[in-house]
Amino acid sequence: MTASKDRLSPHQDTFYNALMDAHEGLSEAESHALNARLVLMMANEIGDVARLTQLMDTARNYANE
Amino acid sequence: MAYDYAPFPYVAPPGLSAPEPRHAVAIVGAGPIGLAMAIDLAQRGVKSVVLDDNNVVSVGSRAICWAKRTMEIFDRLGVGERMLDKGVTWKVGRQFHGKNEVFSFDLLPEDGHKYPAFINLQQYYVEEYLVDRARMFPDLIDLRFKNAVTDHSDHADHVRLTVETPDGPYQIEAEYMIACDGAGSPTRERMGLDFTGQTFEEQFLIADIEMGDSPFGNHAVPERWFWFDPPFHNGKSALLHMQPDNIYRIDLQLDVNADGKVEASEDRVIPRIKAIVGNKPFRLDWVSVYKFRCIKLDQFVHGRVIFVGDSAHVVSPFGARGGNGGIQDVDNLGWKLSAVLAGDAPATLIETYHEERSHGSAENILNSSRSTNFMTPKTPIEALFRSEALRLAHDMPFARKLLNSGRLSLPCSLEGMQLQTPGLAPVMPGHALIDAPLSGPDGNTWLIREAQGAFTLVGFGNVVLPDVSGLRRVGIGQNADYPCFEDPSGLALARYGTGCAYLLRPDGHVCAVFDTANPPDVTGITAAMARATGHNLRNAA
Repeated sequence: MTASKDRLSPHQDTFYNALMDAHEGLSEAESHALNARLVLMMANEIGDVARLTQLMDTARNYANE
Repeated sequence: MAYDYAPFPYVAPPGLSAPEPRHAVAIVGAGPIGLAMAIDLAQRGVKSVVLDDNNVVSVGSRAICWAKRTMEIFDRLGVGERMLDKGVTWKVGRQFHGKNEVFSFDLLPEDGHKYPAFINLQQYYVEEYLVDRARMFPDLIDLRFKNAVTDHSDHADHVRLTVETPDGPYQIEAEYMIACDGAGSPTRERMGLDFTGQTFEEQFLIADIEMGDSPFGNHAVPERWFWFDPPFHNGKSALLHMQPDNIYRIDLQLDVNADGKVEASEDRVIPRIKAIVGNKPFRLDWVSVYKFRCIKLDQFVHGRVIFVGDSAHVVSPFGARGGNGGIQDVDNLGWKLSAVLAGDAPATLIETYHEERSHGSAENILNSSRSTNFMTPKTPIEALFRSEALRLAHDMPFARKLLNSGRLSLPCSLEGMQLQTPGLAPVMPGHALIDAPLSGPDGNTWLIREAQGAFTLVGFGNVVLPDVSGLRRVGIGQNADYPCFEDPSGLALARYGTGCAYLLRPDGHVCAVFDTANPPDVTGITAAMARATGHNLRNAA
């Protein structure tokens, strides 16, 4: 488990609402596609494949709980 | 024990038999906002007549969470200590997901404040205390129950109101009319003002129960508990608060299509409560099913008619921003209206009430809409994001911060607005003063007691405050020929900075700052006071 430190606060509500707004009016399939694009773009922003691998492992581990 | 609703007496008003002299201010509505408004004005020597269609205090607990800044304003109005004594003090909010706690927040982690982050006190007590306080000004506050305003017309330099009583109608004139007549404001309806905005479809059930055992279990200190998807109310949210007299507020999210009447029936409510408290005995005190809207008027000031409180803006209850926002309205308007009526400020100063409080209300609406959106996901994707945020929140600090069950009312900053002189200081221009413990010749006191209510220049440490007409001076950690106080804990100087001086408006907001590089002199202070009283407004008439 690699817990990232909080980097969104104090603007977390602004971010979360913008994310919900980005999905507004999309079908569920379109929303999943948007999420996939977003993950790829965010991965490119992070740019560090070792770190991305850690994050993917962490996220994946929740699926086994 | 259930609250004893004693009706206020109706007295036939003089206007029924002969024309009344023109009133300075007519306040429509004797709820917490109208009563606080009358007291604020009376403390400044301004007379008002308060007209209410009813003759009892709020039925049901309604507004229960009073924030620290509101309490500091109530302190100035003479009811704060009584509210604090009776109220339930709390500062920690705890959020649960299912049966597990995921996050708690402490709204006031530091000492050295007269008032706590929040107290819970039923609206009927607040109204009772405000009525008692208003009656301490028999020459200034004319309280008229069962006096329903049915019509009004604005005549440029006064407003004419028609009032219906059990003995028939009469008319009065007032220089200003303040509409404190609530979310359904008849004044606003009569004027045909647009009041549309975001309406939420979700319904919520409020149940107040009285019980000897606490539903918080062995948890001794009162807190605010919020559940996402609790085991006792699957898939929805729940909120629990403690009130005085062993009364507990339970707020449950209902289905969008729920039938409000059916849901408010005892047959439906009691099993829901038993699911939470088990078989411990309780008494149902009050039940209400509600929906809510987030709306504000485009203009709070319409000629000689001024909207204050819920008549001007409504929000969802999550965040305690309704009643608390209204009291900040009162705090903002009282000194401005008094200055205008006394001829000390141009009438345009009242326009800045709109500018400043419309900003405050927009902030409240933004926060409360966001909380509501988080609590009530609209689509499968919104629900998915929320449920994953909740899962991550169990061990990821950033995700805990995303959980939004209400961002609780904080004092609104007026930074960057017209009346404030820009500057840099530990407490920035526009912010409300921050309390600190002091000691003086008469013993221990608080900064909020010594520096609110009138224009006040407060100096911290090594700074000399000049004498300026119409300005009160307070020294902290210094000796001078004006009232001075010690700072035994060091918190005042730590919060405000040694060598700094702050010009406070009568509502306790900082409107100019000075320090060793920019020392307080008569010219600078006089200019800042002129600016704060609206003498050089951009659109001055």
